[in-house]
Amino acid sequence: MIPDDLLYTRTHEWLKQEGETALVGITHFAQEQLGDLTFIELPAPGDTIEAGEEMGSIESVKAASEIYAPVDGDVLEINEDLESAPELVNEDPYGEGWLIRIRPSGDLDDLLSPAEYADLVESETE
Amino acid sequence: MPYIPHTPDQVRRMLDVVGVDSMSALFADIPASMRPKSFDLPEGLSEDAVLTRLSEIAAMNETGKASFLGAGFYDHFQPRAVRALISRSEFYTAYTPYQAEASQGTLQAIFEFQTAVCRLFDMDCANASVYDGGTAIFEACMMAVRKTRRTKIVMDEALSPIYRRMLSTMTLSLDIETVIVPHASGASDKAAISAAIDKDTAAVVVQNPNFFGVVDDFSDVAATAREHKALTIMSAYPVLASVLKSPGSMGADIVVGEGQSLGLPLSFGGPYLGIMTCTKEMVRQLPGRIAGRTEDKEGRTGYVLTLQAREQHIRRAKATSNICSNQALCALMAHIQMCLLGPEGLRRQAVLSMELARYAQARLTAVRGVDLLNDAPYGNEFAITLPRPADEVVAALAEQGVAAGFPLGRYYEGLDNALLVATTDKNTPEQVDRLAAGLKDAL
Repeated sequence: MIPDDLLYTRTHEWLKQEGETALVGITHFAQEQLGDLTFIELPAPGDTIEAGEEMGSIESVKAASEIYAPVDGDVLEINEDLESAPELVNEDPYGEGWLIRIRPSGDLDDLLSPAEYADLVESETE
Repeated sequence: MPYIPHTPDQVRRMLDVVGVDSMSALFADIPASMRPKSFDLPEGLSEDAVLTRLSEIAAMNETGKASFLGAGFYDHFQPRAVRALISRSEFYTAYTPYQAEASQGTLQAIFEFQTAVCRLFDMDCANASVYDGGTAIFEACMMAVRKTRRTKIVMDEALSPIYRRMLSTMTLSLDIETVIVPHASGASDKAAISAAIDKDTAAVVVQNPNFFGVVDDFSDVAATAREHKALTIMSAYPVLASVLKSPGSMGADIVVGEGQSLGLPLSFGGPYLGIMTCTKEMVRQLPGRIAGRTEDKEGRTGYVLTLQAREQHIRRAKATSNICSNQALCALMAHIQMCLLGPEGLRRQAVLSMELARYAQARLTAVRGVDLLNDAPYGNEFAITLPRPADEVVAALAEQGVAAGFPLGRYYEGLDNALLVATTDKNTPEQVDRLAAGLKDAL
């Protein structure tokens, strides 16, 4: 469950480039670790996010966790469906469960490749 | 918990373990300048002597006065059963119901309290309470600031000055701008309040009845707030909420109140009870504990603290509020009061209080020189104007065993001659007659 057309962070977010903009979400591994999600707090369109800084939070039945920005950028759009249906992230973390659309302003070099992320997941699973 | 003093021998042994030779060596890290020079405590007394002394002090209280003091705190009747029930040790000693399997009774009581106040205010959700009505307003403002990401609060000057003072203290070092909209002879200036709401406004804060006792319908203010995507916070008087148009139907987003009127005694400053309710959309911003009802896998009803990810024991830095204690026993007292009275009893308390206020208004304004401050509709409290400073009149009437009311000049400039008079179901027409006669003598 690690799509090879995405980039990843060490904190289990993914980023998908689509021309000038990019979609951001959390990985299948992350949603599996969190369990059933109950609430997702996202930044607002117009907000600026900064790589590695907290941009929102996720509550599951177990705990509350932070979501970190994968790169610097501006928030263009948020997935409003998640407000009433946070379980979309559990069901389809790379599709219907996307979190925000951004316009990246920083470079993407620090993000992990699918292969690097696979290694990270493997090391965290051990 | 008993008080267990340490014997000199125990102290010696503890000091030995720590490895210092005296108590003063133990506290050597505290600079001498910061240590108390003296505790200035009298010599100890025997238990019997202490009881005698306390009785003497208690006897200095002046009780049994006919009281027309309101101003946010009201002396309604409390059935004797309330005290008996809250004194049960299961309720009296239980503190933190985090361990749901051991706390079902406490959790059920909290859930029922929440349900009762939601019905009273016509709102979706409630928490297990906060310290008092003023704290509830502060927390409500913080909810609005978080939700709207705006920092301007529009506030009616007819909101309790006590609450306004608390709010300005609590927000002193926060990035909050408060706009106070002046009252109009004790009535809330709704047009001016609405006009003050703009795109930067997080919330508008109103009170019903307002501090002057005036009852209003704030639907238009709430609608204006909604147009500007601002929230409406209303502070409501729980007993009168049983008969007035509900805050929920006026379109309020957050409704708070001082729960003292629900059977809590007036005991010189508390403990009081902050009621907080909100719409479903706001529930994740609601601070404090929230008890929920659910079913276990065998279909049995169970109660549990819910939405705890907002709370400080899950995310300290990100917690919605760092108030962790509610006023559990006070909330339970209010809940038992509501259960014993029932909706009918609560309405009866409200109606009796309001009817007596009308009698009082007629009697008092019949005294030469006494007028109503305004002709706005009121509940169980109204403001009158006197031909001389209200402070002096109150002092004169106190001599005759009557607490005549609250002098408005203490909080409102230019209203030195205005007196706020409240009646409850505990007052009698005879007391009102005494007040009227005393007023006539004093003027």
